[in-house]
Amino acid sequence: MNIPSDLKYTPNDEWIRVEGNTGVVGITDFAQDQLSDIVYVEIVVSVGDMVNKGDACATLESVKAAADVYMPVSGKIIAINEALPDTPEVVNSDPYGNAWMVKVEMSNPGELNDLLDAAAYEKHVQEKSG
Amino acid sequence: MTENLKRTHLYQWHVDHGGRMVPFAGWEMPVQYPSGPIQEHHTTRQIAGLFDIDHMGQVEVRGPQAEAFVNQMVTWDVTQMKMLEAHYAIFCYADGGCVDDLFIYKLPDPDDGVYYFLAINASNRQKDVAWLKAHAGAYDVTVKDISDETYMLAFQGPQAPAILNRLVEADLNQAARFTAVQTTLLGDIPVLLGRTGYTGEDGFELFLPAEKALKAWEGILKAGEAEGVKPIGLAARDSLRFEACMPLYGHEIDAQTSPIEARLGFALNLDKDFYGRDALLKQKLEGPAKVLVGFEMVERGVAREHYPVFKDGQQIGHVTSGMFAPTLDRYLGMAYVPAEFAAIGSEIDILIRNKPIKARVIKRPFYVPAYRR
Repeated sequence: MNIPSDLKYTPNDEWIRVEGNTGVVGITDFAQDQLSDIVYVEIVVSVGDMVNKGDACATLESVKAAADVYMPVSGKIIAINEALPDTPEVVNSDPYGNAWMVKVEMSNPGELNDLLDAAAYEKHVQEKSG
Repeated sequence: MTENLKRTHLYQWHVDHGGRMVPFAGWEMPVQYPSGPIQEHHTTRQIAGLFDIDHMGQVEVRGPQAEAFVNQMVTWDVTQMKMLEAHYAIFCYADGGCVDDLFIYKLPDPDDGVYYFLAINASNRQKDVAWLKAHAGAYDVTVKDISDETYMLAFQGPQAPAILNRLVEADLNQAARFTAVQTTLLGDIPVLLGRTGYTGEDGFELFLPAEKALKAWEGILKAGEAEGVKPIGLAARDSLRFEACMPLYGHEIDAQTSPIEARLGFALNLDKDFYGRDALLKQKLEGPAKVLVGFEMVERGVAREHYPVFKDGQQIGHVTSGMFAPTLDRYLGMAYVPAEFAAIGSEIDILIRNKPIKARVIKRPFYVPAYRR
């Protein structure tokens, strides 16, 4: 299970990579493995949207099920991954790279303190896998 | 959660080989292996895949009146079946709804000349056996549930017949589609083979003694190793049958749905008497109110079971199965709609997360089975 140490995580298996005041959001290796083969991606926010922490930003469909991706932080959407809906399998093959979903200009960077670091997320995953 | 679920003899093998175990029809079954359901789907279409389907049920009907009894209980005319033939059929209720769908095997019996071997769905096993026994009273027959001692595997895909042929005494080149072969597998396993399946590919379904399951499973996988044969989980089994538009009980057919509505005319012989025939004949003459259609998504979206089907803002039906079809590389579905909306090209909307998404009725099956091309 790949859990990069430079990212922050939510208990719902999203990650965020912080670059200055910008956050890049995707789902974790554990999440893609649990969902299995991703066959459909829909980014449900647009550039310029103001979003709150916990709002849905994308919907994924695997072979068997649908899952929403939620914003780990609040802010303004400044980019969406427009290539991803045409290449949903990238969520499985490159969850921390080319399968980023949205970029957000954070309005309250203090929210990052509520997220899990890699060690805490790894513990969380182990408990979920039980 | 899992304590009441049954496990097949291959449970430990699946776990040891990365099978992801999920509850299905009262069993703990592998939904996929590490390569994932899409790759498993392609392996079956392009090479061959081996499926543990021991959750399926088997029933023997024996006795002097076995033929008359079975013929009264199923939609197909078994008196027309040849010895060692396999045929798809339905058990119907009096109103034409489906009790279950099944495969019938007509096999030789030393005492009565013939007996019938029925392969039924896991989810309906108790119901089917009770249904058969409840109607058997007037006949000199014995209905026996042999599911526990019978192990069922499926070996499906273009290379499956040639690989299996290396492992059995019989010459499977002589076995036509929808026939059965009684032979010996791997030197000492008595096996009933049906040239049947639920994938749209050539191949066989195998019935053997439960205690021989591991030997048969490992022997077939080893024999097909060089070709790239893999074990296949339930997720790919579902996408394979879905592309071939084969019905799944609880989805395309159930007690509220008739074989006419489900367009299973090839399973019906309305010229003979059987349980449910009068209702089906009436429905056929009057035309069914709803029919099963296949559709493709015109706008982006994945239709799923139970999603409402709309036309001009009004709900007209519901989706029975929907998914990404790996071989066709399209988002497809099946749905019940009123007959007036069932024509090829008919435009409908699928309600996905409360938004109407455009779809279009297309020809079924989506994937024409290899043995019909």
